[in-house]
Amino acid sequence: MSTNRLKFAGAGLLAAFALLLSSSAMAAGWPPMNMPEGVTEISREVYGLHMMMLIICAVIGALVFIIMLASIILHRKSRGAEPAKWHESTSVEIIWTVIPFMILVAVAIPATATLVKMEDTSGAEMTVKITGYQWNWHYDYLDHDIEFFSNLDADSTRAYQLGSDLSPLDVEYYLLNVDEPMVIPTNTRVRLLLTAGDVIHAWWVPEFALKKDAIPGFINEMWVNVEEPGIYRGQCAELCGRGHAFMPVVVIAKEPAEFEAWVAERTDTE
Amino acid sequence: MAYSATADEHHDAHHDGPAPGLMRWVTTTNHKDLGTLYLWFSLIMFFVGGSMALVIRAELFQPGLSLVQPEFFNQMTTMHALIMIFGAVMPAFVGLANWLLPMMIGAPDMALPRVNNWGFWILPFAFTLLLSTLFMPGGAPALGWTMYPPLVLQTGEAFPFLILSIHLMGISSIMGAINIVATILNMRAPGMTLMKMPLFVWSWLITAYLLIAVMPVLAGAVTMLFTDKFFGTAFFSAAGGGDPVLFQHIFWFFGHPEVYILILPAFGIISHIIPAFCRKPLFGKASMVYAMAAIAFLSFIVWAHHMFTVGMPLAAALFFMFATMLIAVPTGVKIFNWLATMWRSAMTFETPMLFALGFVFMFTIGGLSGLMLAIVPADFQYHDSYFVVAHFHYVLVPGSVFAIMAGVYYWLPKWTGVMYSEVLGKLHFWLTTIFVNLTFFPMHFIGLAGMPRRIPDYALQFTTFNQMATVGAIGFGLSQLIFLYIVIRSVSRAGEKASDRVWEGSEGLEFEVPSPAPYHTFTTPPAVR
Amino acid sequence: MAHASDYKNVYYVPHGSYWPMVGSVGLFLLAGGFAMALNGHGVGSWVSIAGAATLLVMVFGWFRDVINESVAGLYNAQVERTYRWAMGWFIFSEGMFFGAFFGALFYARTFAISWLGGEGEKGLTGNLLWPDFAATWPTAGPLELGGEFIAMGAWGLPAINTAILLTSSWTLTIAHHAIKEDNRQKVINWLAATVALGVIFLFIQGYEYVHAYQDLNLTLESGIYGSTFFMLTGFHGLHVTLGAIILAVILIRLIKGHMSADNHFAFEAGAWYWHFVDVVWVGVFIFVYIL
Ligand code: HEA
Ligand code: HEA
Ligand code: CUA
Ligand SMILES: [Cu+2]
Repeated sequence: MSTNRLKFAGAGLLAAFALLLSSSAMAAGWPPMNMPEGVTEISREVYGLHMMMLIICAVIGALVFIIMLASIILHRKSRGAEPAKWHESTSVEIIWTVIPFMILVAVAIPATATLVKMEDTSGAEMTVKITGYQWNWHYDYLDHDIEFFSNLDADSTRAYQLGSDLSPLDVEYYLLNVDEPMVIPTNTRVRLLLTAGDVIHAWWVPEFALKKDAIPGFINEMWVNVEEPGIYRGQCAELCGRGHAFMPVVVIAKEPAEFEAWVAERTDTE
Repeated sequence: MAYSATADEHHDAHHDGPAPGLMRWVTTTNHKDLGTLYLWFSLIMFFVGGSMALVIRAELFQPGLSLVQPEFFNQMTTMHALIMIFGAVMPAFVGLANWLLPMMIGAPDMALPRVNNWGFWILPFAFTLLLSTLFMPGGAPALGWTMYPPLVLQTGEAFPFLILSIHLMGISSIMGAINIVATILNMRAPGMTLMKMPLFVWSWLITAYLLIAVMPVLAGAVTMLFTDKFFGTAFFSAAGGGDPVLFQHIFWFFGHPEVYILILPAFGIISHIIPAFCRKPLFGKASMVYAMAAIAFLSFIVWAHHMFTVGMPLAAALFFMFATMLIAVPTGVKIFNWLATMWRSAMTFETPMLFALGFVFMFTIGGLSGLMLAIVPADFQYHDSYFVVAHFHYVLVPGSVFAIMAGVYYWLPKWTGVMYSEVLGKLHFWLTTIFVNLTFFPMHFIGLAGMPRRIPDYALQFTTFNQMATVGAIGFGLSQLIFLYIVIRSVSRAGEKASDRVWEGSEGLEFEVPSPAPYHTFTTPPAVR
Repeated sequence: MAHASDYKNVYYVPHGSYWPMVGSVGLFLLAGGFAMALNGHGVGSWVSIAGAATLLVMVFGWFRDVINESVAGLYNAQVERTYRWAMGWFIFSEGMFFGAFFGALFYARTFAISWLGGEGEKGLTGNLLWPDFAATWPTAGPLELGGEFIAMGAWGLPAINTAILLTSSWTLTIAHHAIKEDNRQKVINWLAATVALGVIFLFIQGYEYVHAYQDLNLTLESGIYGSTFFMLTGFHGLHVTLGAIILAVILIRLIKGHMSADNHFAFEAGAWYWHFVDVVWVGVFIFVYIL
């Protein structure tokens, strides 16, 4: 194959690949490929920040690529291009130092605002202490007399084993299901206190845009206010040993009344 | 720069050649021999580390454990990263430095040739220690290359081997870096002022300072792990008044500059190749130097962006976010200067240039995703997900590794005296580029969709993109066999003879000596204009 | 050294050498043996000792070569400058190593301890998990690892040791001036005094350690205070030991007639190292003992 043909074949394949990926984003039926918008005010803000950054970066990336491509096409020797003599210009260099800087300032402002909101854990109506262990989560409702461990569900546990007779494909919510989910009320400011019993874990629910490390001997705080009732799933996000992939987080958000009912039921059975 | 090669003007021939036999490689103090050793070592480690990546990818081809146990998977992740960073990329850059710095600055050799030899020969021993852990009861370290306590303290017999091998790697790096600083500051030919220095030399001067400053900090960090495990200290245990997060601070004080150690020499290489194939001087050379210096300085004050989720005080999180974002500015200057070099030039597209262009394009992708990671609230979502994995592989594989390959293609004819096969080189480039994107681009998607990193098994909705990545990784690996073949052919001197200048547009002292470069390049300093 | 002398006026490029390989094998045995020993394999210690011995042989051999080359006049100003740069940056890297431990001390005292004691932004930690713990320094942490202990005071032996080390820097400087004046006997006297002060320092520190372990119950296991105290003073002590050995070797070489008023970089390198160790001690004295 001549190198020229090779070049075009390569470029073509690359373009086809890029097309495939981008069109796949639009095609229905594809697996999720973007951050979920989530179900809290904060998660939507985070999603907004993410999309803003994504677009800014895509535009800057596209500009870089277009300029590169234009040079490659226009200023190639095979087209008889002659190299220009200049190789310095203080003014353009100042421009492309200052403009990116201003873009950065512009994105730093909303990012700071959101962060300040997230870090403000005051005004909690209810507190749950979450402790990470190798390899399950323990939930302790400090305002109620409720505490329990939450383990990976039995089906997933069976299916993930090497050479298991149960295929993961036949398990609903494979690796994202637990025997006993955490339950919280909707439209309530819930404070979450995180710690760990052995090594560092991290509690993560993408739909809440919450992720924080659970560190043995220390307490980390965060808060959530879920608007929609529903079941929200996440995973441990800090390497914690062999079972790190197998300690999911499942949170059920219930209307306050239903939550009270759940509390009453839980406290009865104990 | 005018210099006619008169390599053996001043001494008789038999001193010019290397010592005969295998002992040559053991006792050599010659910068070219050592460069060669470093580069071969790096290539072997790249294949070893890559094979481990293939184990990772194979296990992740489908949900459910299909090949290995979780412990072994974690061992592969840990060893893959340690080997790629300390065994493949860093030694490759040191190898290039060894080959090129003396030639570029007009010196006969490195400033401390014996130390140079020691710096290299520690590495095979260090990696023997590290790799031997794979065969120990309990297996290799399995806690990620970041070695966070308390988890790392659960490591079995591998633990002391891990720590001590890192100490050895650190000793090697510090000696190498000191040698490079001394060489650059002290061995330049008369007239080679600092601002006349080629950019690869500049990039290494700055990198060497980073190394001298942070490798000892890593040594301190792992020493504390060591004493916590064996001698009852309590640096990282709350019960004794310590804090596991303390380790993370010290580790990343090393770790972030470390990632720039992995990219600055790449910037240097690219700044040689682009002008050469553009036939136009590099745009804004001075600002390129300042940009690298700025990146190096900033790299010391951004470390905690790896730890946004540990629960830092708000003011700290904000500070580290702003400082991190700032790095985009000098890096942008570099990208734009390369673009301006290309603009209105006369480009040709030999293999080194293709890799350099691939570098600029894909490093930008990786850098921009890095910028996204710096946004703290969004990082709460990205952190420890495959989005991060995608970010750093984009800056490391089509970043550092592409730059290394570009550099090897660019200077290989100078080293061996023969041209490699351009057809094969281009084939290698295109396959590598296609597969590297197939491997790492989908990781952005699964990361955003919520797949954590360092897991041997995943939920069903992540399957499709993981399968793409695995196919890509295998293709990428196979494509590297072409590279191996090309290098072996060149080294065995098969191919057309290369001219002294090698490339039409190549500049620099190294292109003024014969190809292959004589064993001792400059026995008297060349005149630099 | 035929070819070396050919370049001599411009560059010095040494021949191939076995010493680096000997050194690598030595490090390998030292590290591998130590690791084996820690894993409870008895032979490990012997392997480790063999490694240390190999390293020692390497140091002697390598330095003998360097000294011979230097005495033979093979070096020129360029080599000398290289050694200066190398030594300077080596000392800088040592400084960064200590920086890691000082950083740990700083972090523990300003952040970790206050959070554990219920103060500051993460004070909930203390209130919820360690209600009985108050943020004080010195401390062995909420669980008082290693049991109750008494902290090391600053104004007894440590203050004397500070004075000793500062004096030793002064005696060394006198020796340095003497070598520039080519007054060999004076150099030898003052350098000997410096080494002696260093040795006295080490003895006092050894005594202090015994005192800490026997009378104060202050051990490496005494929580974060014990950890930082012993790691900082311990690594400093190791460096004093190394520095004293370097100076002692230089003393012997001076007695043998090596070095001169304008060729004594070995002396200067040793002196730099000694002053560095001294500066670190001042840091240790302030941050570990006084504050
Ligand atoms: C070669 C290695 C390399 C390089 C160069 C970089 C470059 C950058 N990295 Fe990356 N990073 C890693 C290697 C690297 N990184 C690794 C290995 C990890 C993970 C470690 C682990 O956890 O195991 C990591 C993780 C990591 C994190 C932590 C993520 C997490 O764990 O949550 C963050 C967060 O801020 C980050 C940020 C950045 C930024 C801002 C840059 C910047 O330097 C990028 C700058 C470049 C650009 C921005 C593109 C070009 C610029 C322009 C075109 C100008 C115009 C642009 C704008 C104004 C927007 N990196
Ligand atoms: C310079 C650094 C570097 C390089 C070059 C690479 C290269 C690659 N990495 Fe690496 N990687 C890291 C640094 C690097 N990585 C780091 C720092 C981590 C984080 C670790 C942690 O979490 O602690 C990581 C983690 C990491 C993960 C995440 C693991 C996890 O979180 O559990 C994955 C998953 O796909 C991966 C894949 C790959 C692949 C496919 C390549 C490929 O580019 C490799 C290609 C090379 C080869 C394939 C070998 C060459 C060819 C042969 C051996 C011939 C034979 C081939 C065949 C028969 C096919 N890497
Ligand atoms: Cu718990 Cu990962
Ligand atoms: Cu970083």
